[in-house]
Amino acid sequence: MDNEKLNLPGYEIPEDLEHAVAITTLDRIYNWGQRSSVWPLMFGLACCAIEMIAAQAARYDMARFGMEVMRPTPRQADMMLVSGTVTKKMIPAIVRLYNQMPEPKYVVAMGACASGGGPFKEGYNVVAGVDKFLPVDVYIPGCPPTPQALIAGMIKLQEKIDKQSLKTVRWYKKGADTVEIPVPILGPDLIDPRRNAEIKSIAAAQKG
Amino acid sequence: MYGKGILKGLSVTWGRFWATYTEDLAWLVRGKKRYFNQDGVKARAGKDTRGIFTVQYPEEHLTIPEEFRYIPFLVYDETAEEKKEVRCTSCGICAKVCPPQCIWIVRTNDPVTGRPVPVPAEFYIDADICMNCGLCAEYCPFDAIKMDHDFAIASYERNVYNMEKLLKPASYYANIRPLNATREDEARKAKEAAKAAKAEAAS
Amino acid sequence: MTTTPLTSTVDLVARFPGFVTADTRPGFTGFIVDKNKLVEAATAIRDEFGYDLLTAVTGVDYFPENKMEVVYHAYKITGGPGLVFKVQVPRTDPVEVPSLIQVYAGADLQEREAWDLLGIKFTGHPDLRRILMWEGFEGHPLRKDWQEPFYEEDFKPFKSRWPDGKIEMAEDKNPYKDNLKFPQNFDPEKWIPEGDALLYGSLAKYTITDEHGLKSDRIVVNMGPQHPSTHGVFRAAIVLEGETVLGLKPVVGYLHRNHDKIGERNTYLQNMPYTDRLDYFNSMSNNFGYAVAVEKLMNIKVAERAEYIRVIMAELSRIQNHLVFVGMLLNDLGAMYTPALYAFEERELILDIFEAAAGSRMMCNYFRFGGVVRDLPEGVLQKIKDLVLERLPAKTDEMERFLSENEVLVSRLQGIKVINAEDAIKFSMTGPVLRAAGVPYDIRRADPYGIYDRFDFDVAVRQHGDLMDNYLIRIDEIRQSLRILEQAIKQIPEGPINSQKPQYQVRVPAGEAYGRIESPKGELAYYLISNGKPNPWRYHVRPASFVNITALEKISLGTKIADFVALLGVLDIVMGELDR
Repeated sequence: MDNEKLNLPGYEIPEDLEHAVAITTLDRIYNWGQRSSVWPLMFGLACCAIEMIAAQAARYDMARFGMEVMRPTPRQADMMLVSGTVTKKMIPAIVRLYNQMPEPKYVVAMGACASGGGPFKEGYNVVAGVDKFLPVDVYIPGCPPTPQALIAGMIKLQEKIDKQSLKTVRWYKKGADTVEIPVPILGPDLIDPRRNAEIKSIAAAQKG
Repeated sequence: MYGKGILKGLSVTWGRFWATYTEDLAWLVRGKKRYFNQDGVKARAGKDTRGIFTVQYPEEHLTIPEEFRYIPFLVYDETAEEKKEVRCTSCGICAKVCPPQCIWIVRTNDPVTGRPVPVPAEFYIDADICMNCGLCAEYCPFDAIKMDHDFAIASYERNVYNMEKLLKPASYYANIRPLNATREDEARKAKEAAKAAKAEAAS
Repeated sequence: MTTTPLTSTVDLVARFPGFVTADTRPGFTGFIVDKNKLVEAATAIRDEFGYDLLTAVTGVDYFPENKMEVVYHAYKITGGPGLVFKVQVPRTDPVEVPSLIQVYAGADLQEREAWDLLGIKFTGHPDLRRILMWEGFEGHPLRKDWQEPFYEEDFKPFKSRWPDGKIEMAEDKNPYKDNLKFPQNFDPEKWIPEGDALLYGSLAKYTITDEHGLKSDRIVVNMGPQHPSTHGVFRAAIVLEGETVLGLKPVVGYLHRNHDKIGERNTYLQNMPYTDRLDYFNSMSNNFGYAVAVEKLMNIKVAERAEYIRVIMAELSRIQNHLVFVGMLLNDLGAMYTPALYAFEERELILDIFEAAAGSRMMCNYFRFGGVVRDLPEGVLQKIKDLVLERLPAKTDEMERFLSENEVLVSRLQGIKVINAEDAIKFSMTGPVLRAAGVPYDIRRADPYGIYDRFDFDVAVRQHGDLMDNYLIRIDEIRQSLRILEQAIKQIPEGPINSQKPQYQVRVPAGEAYGRIESPKGELAYYLISNGKPNPWRYHVRPASFVNITALEKISLGTKIADFVALLGVLDIVMGELDR
């Protein structure tokens, strides 16, 4: 029997087993466990961080989603909520934090700045979206997203978690643990080590 | 006495703790529903709110005030033949006033004369640059671009909105901003009437 | 608003004949001091004329005239108008101006900023490193001939947006397909990052030698940029001996969003929503400061009703800022969450008012030149009345009952000195920290703006300057704000909410203006230079947080590392404003 069918409410449990057992799939119970305890990294960048705190406070209370345990250390966090403008000066630290997080890990780009640079995109010290470096799972538009919008984004993340399957998730693949994102270097401008050759050739081609 | 201040402080937390239950009881006695109900949400946002303060989003929502602004959208009027009559004349004021310059407009040109036609051919808003400041809506002379109330728009990819995504009917606008819509409608009608009167007087 | 001649009482020209001239450009005030006499003149300004508080130091690039200018704004701690003096030097590298750090210690970080962004070398500055950008960054971004990688045009609105606005990502226009710019023939593999060598070099002077002449061990701890108690992306490099702070350097710029550069491309109106994002706790105050500065330039009056609405909004914003301050301070001290949660409850109720009136909880964008965007919608004034007259006074009392006598808190806060009055003035500190040190300096009284001169309130002041006083003064200020609000609600007249016609491009005559307000964190000021065009030539923000951390090193030396967290907490920094 495939998973989809088992997940349907119509699946009938034999009468003598009713109220005695519940049938689920491994995927489902795994995802349920994961979606209900997504611990965010206690990490705020800019304006959006204040709305993140507000969402954690009494009125919106993200504890209702199992997301209230903000961990100041990346080693204990499941989700990185990039809450604010990512600057070139800060991105090495952010990449390092991401590398230190254990799998499974999720990245949520909260607000316009983290998603695509936001109103400060034109600035010389601004990274136009954290997705230039990290794989982003959910984008939440808004400047800043209200706490309710943030929670709507979190629900979206939970929906994504619901869809994952043990067979395909990246953290059970061979060698997955060793995949690290190279930390950017602060040079005359921000250097992404993955693009070294490209940067060199373009810099050689340009005039003055 | 050492510890008096701590006890005093604890009395505050204690009071706060109990307030939830006394408040629940009070609502029960009055036979009203405190949770999952708009009255309850309103009371929790009022000056006398005590005890539990949480709004159980997504099951219940905070009341969104009329002036609330999120991402802009374009208003179109529905005509009798179910055609969408876009209010925007592509005058470009919103694109000029936009602080982070996240609005792109292509003006339509008449294929025969080459003269501009007051309809936008393309209209884009990069929602990942937009700062929700509302200046575009504030200075639009045609009430064509307005700020939306819909905030639950998180997605799995970047958000660049084109015309298709931006267009929303005037009835939707009147629904989220009733007072503004009525006021603007009246002003527009008065303007048209004055224009008509002027034309009549001239002819 | 009438602008009184700022420098009528001081005759600097007569004091330094031949070296000082009055600035006679139309719309400008103050004196132009010869570079070689700058230190001497500044000493005279401080000691003889009594302008002991140097609030702002900033540079201006007069590219077309091939000149660089450094502008200093000094005020008297007893109140009254200020004194502006400037130094002009030719714009050929190295651009050198003597440092004023020996006269006004508060110039330290601001001079470093001018060096970083404008490339003005302050000779005699002991630690002239880049501050907002990193060492090794190419160029000085605020120079008018420096272009950012996503440069499109000198001024907004950009022509590519309309009428032929085929959408194009900024990335596609840049050869690197990203926000990048490298010098010609740059080879990233050969680049050796300078890293923090200079930073650690400046900390090297803090060594310990024991009585036998042996150098003993010291530890450098980097707190931040990701740390729960640094209020954002602040970093402090701390030299420790055991638990005692031996030396400290603040490292900032992790949230440098290039406010000044973007502000100089924007039109005057377009800057208004950007100011929201400076001190993101108090966008109403930021709006206020910017509106005051531009209105000074335009020389326009504000509609009467709007004046009251402005005061109401600014004071509500102060109350929620201070409430959150108390909650966050307790968070820093280890009383996790409960006080903060209580504070956030009241904050939410105040934000509801902002949301109803301005449309957004945090980024209000509510002020316009000459007034405000819209009148208070129906029911909002009643909401404000309910909060101000009933709920907030009770909740402030409750907060006091909850915390002020708590023995653990008191023993943690009392007696730990933050700063004394003399040093606070020397380091250009403003706001509650200065007042907690016993200096009753509040711009609402000392140099009134808006209609603050109509209200009856006391400038909150405390005498000891310790942590406890810094906590209590916030409570005092909430009470005073409530007093102002009570009067404002009672007196608010009916009428128009803007003295000007709504227009998206305002005409601003040429000249300079320095608009300052008392933000909840201290003096927030905007320095604007207009050349009559639709965009400002120079747009500089003088934030309270940035200048206040100049004294951080002085404050923390000799304290325990655990107290450092609280000391940083009472400075009430917010990174959006600090790094801009």
